Amino acid sequence: MARVIVDVMLKPEILDPQGQAIARALPRLGFTTITDVRQGKRFELELPGPATEATLTEARKIAETLLANTVIEDFQVRVEEDA
Amino acid sequence: MRVGVVTFPGTLDDQDAARAVRLAGAEAVPLWHADHDLKGVDAVFLPGGFSYGDYLRCGAISRFAPLMEELIPAAKAGLPVLGTCNGFQILCEAHLLPGALTRNAGLHYLCRDQGIRVENNTTAWTGQFTEGQEILLPIKHGEGRYVADEATLAELERDGRVVFRYIGGNPNGSLNDIAGICNEAGNVVGLMPHPEHAVEELTGAPSVDGRGFFASILRKLVTA
Repeated sequence: MARVIVDVMLKPEILDPQGQAIARALPRLGFTTITDVRQGKRFELELPGPATEATLTEARKIAETLLANTVIEDFQVRVEEDA
Repeated sequence: MRVGVVTFPGTLDDQDAARAVRLAGAEAVPLWHADHDLKGVDAVFLPGGFSYGDYLRCGAISRFAPLMEELIPAAKAGLPVLGTCNGFQILCEAHLLPGALTRNAGLHYLCRDQGIRVENNTTAWTGQFTEGQEILLPIKHGEGRYVADEATLAELERDGRVVFRYIGGNPNGSLNDIAGICNEAGNVVGLMPHPEHAVEELTGAPSVDGRGFFASILRKLVTA
């Protein structure tokens, strides 16, 4: 069994007002060392067996077709074994 | 003339859109998201709402609906399509229009009357306006900030494909104050404001400027 993780983040040049709102809340809570926050999404795709090059290729296809809008978002695909 | 009005799960404005079509003197044809059938309509209105609960991203799941598999090639072949609000988001997700709509810069959901300038009156849906005409329409959205890369923005500006611009202040942080755009051929138009909510004084609409959209498409179809 393997789990494929897809992380989706807004591209650096795209304004992230949610991340900014979180960053502005931190000093009020006493956390003063953080300089910036960006918010993204994490998807967990479950595989019936181990991850192969073919299943990773499929996961990338899923990410670019549906999970991410590549006009505004970047994604990263990685494997978690023995999830 | 028959104008299709699409309903997805979570669409809200389909009844108002159908009513606006009928007021303009055309037949409103209900189109269902799960059907592979455009019912031979002459134009299509993609109304606003929260299709699929805005899950994943606004319009991201709707764009793969069976109806969209028919609509996308038809639009590319010239079928007039207007998307308002969630309909605009769906058109961008379907890549019928470039760019994307992201969270409002101020994070607030906006519901207000908004001044808009018609920048292009040569599209299928704006022919009855004059260029530079200022109109007043309701907006109601949380994710209406239009973004595109620099090359795309430059192309839109150069080719006159910015069809509507916000005036009197930019409500959501849209790049270049963009409220609506069109495709290269001008048959596909998307905008965040709601013409279908501005066709009758009786409903408390801020204006009846929305009628111009429906008058434009009917005129276009009659003379086609």
